[in-house]
Amino acid sequence: MTAVWINQILQGVMLGGLYTLFATGLSLSAGVMRFVNIAHGDFIVLACYALLLLTTMLGLNPAIATLAVLPIAFAFGFGLQRFLLQHVVGDNVLLVILVTFALSIIIENGLLEGFGADPQKISGGWMETATIALGHGINVGVFQVVTFAAAVILVAALDLLLYRTGIGAKIRAVSDDVAAANLIGLSSVRIYAIAMGISFVTVGVAAGFMSIWTNFDPASGPTRLLIAFEVIVLGGLGSLWGSLVGGVVLGVAQSIGGQFDIAWQIMAGHIVFLIVLALRPQGLFPKY
Amino acid sequence: MDLRSKLVLNGARVAFVVAVAAMAAAPFLFSATHIVLLTEFMSMLVLAIMWNLLAGYADIVTVGQHAFVGIGAYAFFGFTALWGLNPYLAIPLGGLVALVISVPTMILVFRLRTAYLAIGTWVVAELLMLAAGKLSAWGGGSGTSVPISIILSFGSTRGDRLATIYWLAFGLAAVAMLVTYFLLRSRIGIGLTAMRDNEEGAAAIGVNVTYARALCFLGTAPFLGMAGAIITLQKLRIAPPASFSITAWTVFIIFNVVIGGIGSFEGPIIGTVFYFLLRQYLAGLGAWHLILLGGFSIVIILIEKRGLWGLVRRVLSDDLIPIAHKPSAAFVTATKAASGPAAIAETQEPAS
Repeated sequence: MTAVWINQILQGVMLGGLYTLFATGLSLSAGVMRFVNIAHGDFIVLACYALLLLTTMLGLNPAIATLAVLPIAFAFGFGLQRFLLQHVVGDNVLLVILVTFALSIIIENGLLEGFGADPQKISGGWMETATIALGHGINVGVFQVVTFAAAVILVAALDLLLYRTGIGAKIRAVSDDVAAANLIGLSSVRIYAIAMGISFVTVGVAAGFMSIWTNFDPASGPTRLLIAFEVIVLGGLGSLWGSLVGGVVLGVAQSIGGQFDIAWQIMAGHIVFLIVLALRPQGLFPKY
Repeated sequence: MDLRSKLVLNGARVAFVVAVAAMAAAPFLFSATHIVLLTEFMSMLVLAIMWNLLAGYADIVTVGQHAFVGIGAYAFFGFTALWGLNPYLAIPLGGLVALVISVPTMILVFRLRTAYLAIGTWVVAELLMLAAGKLSAWGGGSGTSVPISIILSFGSTRGDRLATIYWLAFGLAAVAMLVTYFLLRSRIGIGLTAMRDNEEGAAAIGVNVTYARALCFLGTAPFLGMAGAIITLQKLRIAPPASFSITAWTVFIIFNVVIGGIGSFEGPIIGTVFYFLLRQYLAGLGAWHLILLGGFSIVIILIEKRGLWGLVRRVLSDDLIPIAHKPSAAFVTATKAASGPAAIAETQEPAS
């Protein structure tokens, strides 16, 4: 019996890795630009469909397809911020919320029109089915372990980028005070666009793992957004490593909930989120 | 104000009054098909007015208002089908249940600000929808139909029923409009309008921002709940994904208000009318329908953030339904004496 629970918790931790991947990009854009991109989940799903095209039509290996998507994702995020969202950022957050909300609806229905409502999945080959036996009947999938490792690496890489590089310092400067950053000669418009580009690279990475881990359909986006959002609020707004903890908390909550009843899986995640929000609104590891 | 502008404005006001009168008498004037459509219009209008009050004035951008519509629907079903209460009484009770649930919701989501709050309300709505699917007496995940006996209590013939349900929806929309009008004209409303224009500024000059926001959040919940009950009477079914539909009760509503004009009294009305007109032509387009609405909303936001009514107000000198308190004649004369005609021109500019 204990083995069942340990197994369930372990699966939850691995799931937390995937959830962290969903959240890092949102955490970055919310931390720097001070708005929440409501279409974040839909962009992840859009990238999944891009990967689907690359793997099925060009026959690319999923890993190579994901790498191929990353520069396109950067350019896309850069352009989106520079040519659309930049026009509506400012003191009134309402407009950005509304524009990204409209984008989310456009993407969902565009995908529905282009690909139909059928769930899709990308095959991960041998890695998807291989498992590592840990004894006592506890098994963990190789792909799940790789995903979790990718989440840790992504968080570490973003942490290095933000705190150890020139562009990271500029992004942090703009994040702290736009007016002051502009005053000392930083171009906040350009830095915002770069930050959004980086956020979209993480979207591409998240899509690479999600498209193999689970089925996706055009309406999958909002669920991913809610997960990403819960992860960053749980972890503490603006805290990158906190989002890893937030992801694990949510993953374990869902995994244990799912052990009782499949319908409880999603509910358990939301309930844990609301409890933490009630008791500790600043999140588990607040940055400020 | 020049004469032509005054004429156009008063003409529009007369047209509005005639339209309201026609709506009040609609069951005598229109066919059953149109009454069904108008009932839906009135329900959507209530939701639009409420979302506009929250997002346009109180700075509470909720993406979870379908939660309260669903609660109203489920409460109505519970009171009538399960506990046998009078259906007319069950509608306000549905609103009351929505109000009761809005209190803990508010306490939780008000810990978050702006965009975070938006998604927080969404999480609560998701949770409530999933919880509704767990209520076996309400048909669980697949939902159930409203018993015939309850439907018959609204009229023995189909025509009677449609008329009764229409008047309920019309009545709710009328009350929603009147309440919003008097709220915005009141002391609290002046504070809300100030918050719409600049929240920090409003707080600095003594507007109790927290109180005003709480009042709006709690005040809209019963209207959403009652609208949910009336919508159930039209659909004759409750089911978690339909009663708590984010697309129907939140997405369309947001688009309507944004297109019509957020933060104005006329915006939700114009947006809802525009949506119903557009739907007649776009209904056959399937998913393209929503893509076009989304694209159109973005274009509107980029051109004029106050929506279609904002565009109209560039030409018109006053609101259709005047919410703003005008400076008194004595004030205008005093300003004129102090700084000449330029200041007068400024005071007459529409506040943006």
